[in-house]
Amino acid sequence: MAATTQRDEWKALSDILAIGAAAFLVILGLVLAIAGADPAMKFHGCLLLGASGLALLYMLTLFVEGREPADTSGYADGVIRAGVIATVFWGIAGFLVGDIIAWQLAFPALNFDLPWTSFGRLRPVHTSAVIFAFGGNALIATSFYVVQRTCRARLAGKWSPWFVFWGYQLFIVLAATGYLLGVTQSKEYAEPEWYVDLWLTAVWVVYFLVFIATVAKRKEPHVYVANWFYLAFIVTVAILHIVNNLAVPVSLLGTKSYILYSGVQDAMTQWWYGHNAVGFFLTAGFLGMMYYFVPKRAERPIYSYRLSVVHFWSLIFIYIWAGPHHLHYTALPDWAQTLGMTFSIILWMPSWGGMINGLMTLSGAWDKLRTDPVIRMLIVAVAFYGMSTFEGPLMSIKSVNSLSHYTDWTIGHVHSGALGWVAFISFGALYCLVPWLWHRKALYSQRLVEWHFWISTLGIVLYITSMWVSGILQGLMWRAYDSLGFLEYSFVETVEAMHPFYIIRAVGGLLFVLGSFLMAYNLWRTARGDQPVDATDQPSVAAAPEFRPGEYTAPAE
Amino acid sequence: MSWGKHDVLEKSPMLMLVGILIVVSIGGLIEIAPLFWLSSTVEKVQGMRPYSPLELSGRNIYIREGCYLCHSQMIRSLRDEVERYGHYSLAAESMYDHPFQWGSKRTGPDLARVGGKYSDEWHRAHMIDPRSVVPESVMPGYPFLAERELDYDDIQDQLKTNATVGVPYTDEMIEAAKADVEAQAGKDSGDVAALLARYPKAQARSFDGDPEKVTELDALVAYMQMLGTLVDFASFDEAGPNLR
Repeated sequence: MAATTQRDEWKALSDILAIGAAAFLVILGLVLAIAGADPAMKFHGCLLLGASGLALLYMLTLFVEGREPADTSGYADGVIRAGVIATVFWGIAGFLVGDIIAWQLAFPALNFDLPWTSFGRLRPVHTSAVIFAFGGNALIATSFYVVQRTCRARLAGKWSPWFVFWGYQLFIVLAATGYLLGVTQSKEYAEPEWYVDLWLTAVWVVYFLVFIATVAKRKEPHVYVANWFYLAFIVTVAILHIVNNLAVPVSLLGTKSYILYSGVQDAMTQWWYGHNAVGFFLTAGFLGMMYYFVPKRAERPIYSYRLSVVHFWSLIFIYIWAGPHHLHYTALPDWAQTLGMTFSIILWMPSWGGMINGLMTLSGAWDKLRTDPVIRMLIVAVAFYGMSTFEGPLMSIKSVNSLSHYTDWTIGHVHSGALGWVAFISFGALYCLVPWLWHRKALYSQRLVEWHFWISTLGIVLYITSMWVSGILQGLMWRAYDSLGFLEYSFVETVEAMHPFYIIRAVGGLLFVLGSFLMAYNLWRTARGDQPVDATDQPSVAAAPEFRPGEYTAPAE
Repeated sequence: MSWGKHDVLEKSPMLMLVGILIVVSIGGLIEIAPLFWLSSTVEKVQGMRPYSPLELSGRNIYIREGCYLCHSQMIRSLRDEVERYGHYSLAAESMYDHPFQWGSKRTGPDLARVGGKYSDEWHRAHMIDPRSVVPESVMPGYPFLAERELDYDDIQDQLKTNATVGVPYTDEMIEAAKADVEAQAGKDSGDVAALLARYPKAQARSFDGDPEKVTELDALVAYMQMLGTLVDFASFDEAGPNLR
């Protein structure tokens, strides 16, 4: 009885805190909307006011009516369903903007000579939408799913998980609308200005607390390996984000700020951040996804527990050193360049440790590659991971980098990782999650997954091969000398030579966008509960747990 | 199943958290921290000065429009780059850059030493319609820059904030910031001699061809025309203490 009372008191406290925080944000939004020093800040004040106003209204309605938001006995899956929807939505948005700017490079008239439609403002919208909106939502949603299942504990917090979800969406909208209005710090993959950075920090701290508190109340003695990776991703991204974005705003009511560091120190800090956005956001987090969904879908245990221990610690230790390879032959001191190159080459090993652990999990079940396109997507993702983590160390060698740097080769490399690894492992996880979360017996159509897989793979191949050719071609043209010892090509001749490859790349991107529309349609029909068209072809693990014959306890649980 | 001592970490998320924090801190500390105290990281050169208020405004437009996404400002120490663009870039040349603008991609050419290479008229035509002067260019047009008047109401605060993060703007420079914008953009009332005393080598004229108005194009072209022109390479000692 006493325990119940104490629990009620905690609940009341959390309600009051949540309502108080929302009320504070309403006031803050109102102040910025009225007194903002520039139109962008006023607009963002309005967005904050609207978002926190709606949250406040919702919570007060529940409070007044004395209702609880939902069933709180089992796993908290509502926020994960929302995350799945957001992942698909932002994925399509991000891919689409990416393809638009790819066409702009082939046909510059598509910039329309307007401020908010030009390449320079849309490119950060593309990168942020894909990395942070699509990738970030996929990571938050899957981490919330995985941590609950592998800890056998409900997500910690009543309002906090929902604050993480909605707060993160607000971050995305603030960042993207800011870019369109010209609000940017110009640090790649860290473009949002100081106030948006502060907002993300608040959201991220709550995300960390929800995650660690859920792990803390686990009913399993061991913390499963997927959670190590999610944990490393969450805390390291927090460190990177805070250190790289330290800035002094010109006015507390204005958008503009100046970064604390300058020149060479700023460059080093930025690429320490930039490469570890790859290492921890796009690698460690998605390895967490791999460590849950590959064994679950293959119904096989992870290939090697010891390999997972060794590659986890070596990966996170070595990745953090790799940043200087973005600054070869620049004004960064040589010792830092050499250190960065050395560790980038060493990084090949832990990366392939992770790849081997993922691929070999299919031992004894390789036939599933033929019969289950979802596992094929997951495994091809791991193969792409292996390919780009071989290419990366290669490109970090100074003599190779002298050719590849500043060219499209880098762009192609990034996309073999982003499309092949990050997007494919996320697509695989989404195809698993939707029937499981919406309690369906199977995906709506496995044939559509086949189509998605092949269209997207073709798109990726067109993308990366055209960028290899254009990058290496341009690098060679820049350094070509004629027989008299003069530079052979003017810069603009090398731009002209890129044109056909820019078209091929944009077509590849278009195929990838088409594939993602097929996925959205398929997932929507699945979630809606439409009769699956080919349920008998699908493996039993495609169904939600309650529909699986003689429920099989997968090793990952 | 577990592996010796690793069992301890797997059963205590707090210990694992501490382990992660230690392991991910080492590389960054070793690579970043020394850059702040090794004095030879940034070469000793003659001629570097903070941006004039108009140049700084132009730089902020450069950042706003995302120019750094296609143009680098970092000439690498490679033969073809030095022949194409000029002397390789020094760390000293971006010592007042908050943030740096080295870039990572050359869809367009490097701009580290573009100052003085083209006329103002060329820049004007190029910004309004790049293909009017470079038919093969894939750059977006920026015709709106010529039409927009530069907003420099808060230019003193901009300089003050730069001073806060370490750029050596003096009180006098901050005090005169608005007048310096107008003087450099070619307004008749401006005191160019005073501007040049504060910012040696600053170029003062109507960059957009219209002395009546200070436009965003004035600021951006003023920034373009000073890029890479400050350091006196005649007095630069390549063999001197630096870590290249």
